[in-house]
Amino acid sequence: MNLPILTIITFLPLFGAIWLLFVNGENQEKIKRIALVIAIGDFIISLPLFFKFKLNTSEFQFIENVSWIKEFGISYHVGIDGISLFLFLLTSFLTLICILASWNVKDRIKEYMIAMLILETGMLGVFISLDLFLFYVFWELMLIPMYLLIGVWGGPRRIYATIKFFIFTMAGSVLMLVAIIVIYFMNYEATGEYTFDLLKIYNLDIPMGAQFWLFLAFFFAFAIKVPMFPFHTWLPDAHVEAPTAGSVILAGVLLKMGTYGFVRFSLPLFPYASHQFVPLIAWLAIAGIIYGALVAMVQEDLKKLVAYSSVSHLGFVMLGIFVFNIQGMEGSILQMINHGLSTGALFLLVGMIYERRHTRLIADFGGLTKKMPMFAIFFLIITLSSIGLPGLNGFVGEFLVLVGVFKTNVLYAVLATTGVILSACYMLWMFQRVMFNKLTNPENKKLKDINMREWALLLPITILVFWIGIYPKPIISRMDVSVNHLLTQVDEKYKITLNKLKIEDEEAAYAIKEDESTEHTIEVD
Amino acid sequence: MEIVIPPFDLKSISPILIITISAMLILVADVFFRKTFRDSLGYISFLIVVLTAMVACTQMGKTVYSFSDMFVVDNFSVFFNLIFLVSTAIVILLSVSYIKQEGINYGEYYTLILFATMGMMLMAGGADLLTIFLGLEIMSISLYVLAGFRRDCVRSNEASLKYFLLGAFATCFLLYGIAMLYGTTGTTNIKEIASFLANNPSLSNPMIVTGTSLLIIGFGFKVACVPFHKWTPDVYEGAPTAITAFMSVGPKAAAFAAFTRVFLVALPDVEQKWSIILWVLAVLTMTVGNLVAIVQKNIKRMLAYSSIAHAGYALMAIIAGGDFGSSSLLFYMLAYTFMNLGAFAVVIVLGRKGKENANIEDYSGLGFKHPLLAVTMCIFMFSLAGIPPFVGFIGKFYIFSAAIKNGFIILAIIGVVNSVISVYYYLRVTVVMYMKKPVREFAPLSLSPFVILALIITLWGTIHLGIFPARLIDLAQKSTLLY
Repeated sequence: MNLPILTIITFLPLFGAIWLLFVNGENQEKIKRIALVIAIGDFIISLPLFFKFKLNTSEFQFIENVSWIKEFGISYHVGIDGISLFLFLLTSFLTLICILASWNVKDRIKEYMIAMLILETGMLGVFISLDLFLFYVFWELMLIPMYLLIGVWGGPRRIYATIKFFIFTMAGSVLMLVAIIVIYFMNYEATGEYTFDLLKIYNLDIPMGAQFWLFLAFFFAFAIKVPMFPFHTWLPDAHVEAPTAGSVILAGVLLKMGTYGFVRFSLPLFPYASHQFVPLIAWLAIAGIIYGALVAMVQEDLKKLVAYSSVSHLGFVMLGIFVFNIQGMEGSILQMINHGLSTGALFLLVGMIYERRHTRLIADFGGLTKKMPMFAIFFLIITLSSIGLPGLNGFVGEFLVLVGVFKTNVLYAVLATTGVILSACYMLWMFQRVMFNKLTNPENKKLKDINMREWALLLPITILVFWIGIYPKPIISRMDVSVNHLLTQVDEKYKITLNKLKIEDEEAAYAIKEDESTEHTIEVD
Repeated sequence: MEIVIPPFDLKSISPILIITISAMLILVADVFFRKTFRDSLGYISFLIVVLTAMVACTQMGKTVYSFSDMFVVDNFSVFFNLIFLVSTAIVILLSVSYIKQEGINYGEYYTLILFATMGMMLMAGGADLLTIFLGLEIMSISLYVLAGFRRDCVRSNEASLKYFLLGAFATCFLLYGIAMLYGTTGTTNIKEIASFLANNPSLSNPMIVTGTSLLIIGFGFKVACVPFHKWTPDVYEGAPTAITAFMSVGPKAAAFAAFTRVFLVALPDVEQKWSIILWVLAVLTMTVGNLVAIVQKNIKRMLAYSSIAHAGYALMAIIAGGDFGSSSLLFYMLAYTFMNLGAFAVVIVLGRKGKENANIEDYSGLGFKHPLLAVTMCIFMFSLAGIPPFVGFIGKFYIFSAAIKNGFIILAIIGVVNSVISVYYYLRVTVVMYMKKPVREFAPLSLSPFVILALIITLWGTIHLGIFPARLIDLAQKSTLLY
């Protein structure tokens, strides 16, 4: 059956948003229910993707390809492979969680839910696009609702944070737009066909000099989104000011778009430049791992702590991508999902106590275990998952990444490992200060444990945390073929470029030799 | 001596004729049937413009030179005519209740708008420098009067006088430039100039060099590119808002039409070798426009500077040249017409007599007081900033593609960086609408069915053409037959 399943999943939330436009804004319950039903429906229909996904092919699956703007060769070309499958599912899952987590938003709930649903469409679209133009459209489209979510429902410094978020991301992505157009015309010159189709452009052999600049343009777009070390300054601001659901989406999905972009676009399009840039990216990633961890350690605000821990975790992901081996890459992709789950859950947990106490300062808490035992259990599991305790999801991803890194560069691996240790320090120290110690603050004595809705938020995440930690095979087996294919693709193109270089070198050497010999003959004459 | 009357083809100028005759009839009707007709003049003018647009559409697809090669009908001019007519129609819709509210409901208002439109159409179809000059004068003189139409308002008078003095001055430059070209080539006909220059080395001739520079100054003034932009903010702020809206799209597009035709057809050689001058102008225009827009407090001034910046993007299209460049210019001008007129429509809706409420701060809290209007404004702002899926994005994408295709990558990068700068001030409007508390009560909106229709048309253009631009792109590509 040729049901356009990806399109349905992607645009169902948009349809829901349009539906909500016509619902009376006074009727808050109804609005929340509609949004929830749409999100649940969307998640449920995205599940068959997991089960029907063919394990033995590296081809894109569930493909749809319709011409969109024929004059420019732009098509609506979507499909998923083992790399995007889980990010896609993660997005529909986390949006569902976020809508449920926003149940207590009182202010302008209608606009809130509309923004949330449009955001979901934008994010899902990014992960399925196989057309550079389409990808860019979704990539930018999703900025608008996120900007509004932070700016309207955020904390006191929300306007500063949201404008910073918008301008940073936009600044990176417009350079990518220029690069996309350049590739488009290069492809035209090589093949005579105007097309933005990624799968066709994959075959393009971009000259080395151009690769350098194009890679750099894409790098800025993605590195700001990830965010990599010196480009991360927007993240703590955005996280701290965003409403809980905004933070969850931001950490869970938005940041993954950057790393996903590297995997999907930068590596296969510019293999030579990617290899050339390894030292820079690796050192930035390591700097991010250590810097993020150290800064997280001294934070007094829980949300800021989690935000900086993201910088650190994403450093691992970047490092894993740029070692060009299967363990590193699979570890990275898995780590993207893990980070989405555990950091998302951490933001939810922080949101829960913030709702109760209206403060996020670590110093205001202490001894919460006594009042909120269930909360403490979940918090502990998630904290340990974030640290990477064996048996939980974080371990699998981090371990794979470190194995991959170790295979190529021991120094990188050793330095990155310090991040694991540091993360244990700041997370456990934070946990101790918040949950243990004496319950001194009288405000905290009134705290209630988590309710049914909050159970419903945390339980599914916790189950996934254990599942990935104990039996990650169903997930890794779905990535295997695609990741392998990607790596061989990159490797082959890289080798071709290297060969060219070699030939050029030889020719140059030969030319010099000839020069010498002619000079010689002249001397003889 | 027998005087030979050259053959002329009235059919080729039928849209212009319709507009001219009906404009005169409206003037007469206003004098004689003031009481019965006054209120319906707006609808009548609107219908005339729609009719003219339909007639103009039938001219698509042919190339006819008439009036001794003084005037041409080709797809390029027809496309521009449609841009003018769309903008005129929307402006008339915006004006109907606006001029009543401002107490400036005089019949000549519509006549002048129609005359200005006629001038623009003459400019787009001018195959001779003199025709272009004629059209430019008709358009400008109408606009000088329209800018000062709020007679009892000092700012409006100032706008009119400033526009007139500076405009007349700029026109002199243009005319002098034409004279220089005539002096060298012995003709004012665009095609003949082109063939003369093709056979004679042109750049070494100081007359050509001076003439071309003077033309650039003349057109540069009309499209408001830096450093000839100084009149724009004051005139835009002082003029009646509906006229500001008009000036920001129609005349600008007309000047670009003439600019393109003169530079790409008559002076292609100069255009290529001189692209560095236009390059600098484009970069200055974009950058100054955007940077100065950031600090504006009045939304009309902000939109004035934003329109300067947009002229910079459009200049990029001319620099890129070729089919790609000129079709991207066509697309962009139409896209800009929809989104910019839409933004002005919202400004008009929020205005009161004597109190324009045109400070950006006045929009605080609009998002939750009048959600639909605010969403509309948001869409126009995002579109102007060039964010998908709105038409402004496709337009910019088209222009940047044209620039990159023809090797102007640095220019394209400066262009995209500029769009990021522009995001800041467009976002600020959305920030005050959604993220600030209202500073005071909102008066009831001045929504008439006409304004609503105008909003619907501009919204449709901004959204629909943003998501499904294929047909329009196709049309624009077919309309570049300049060569």
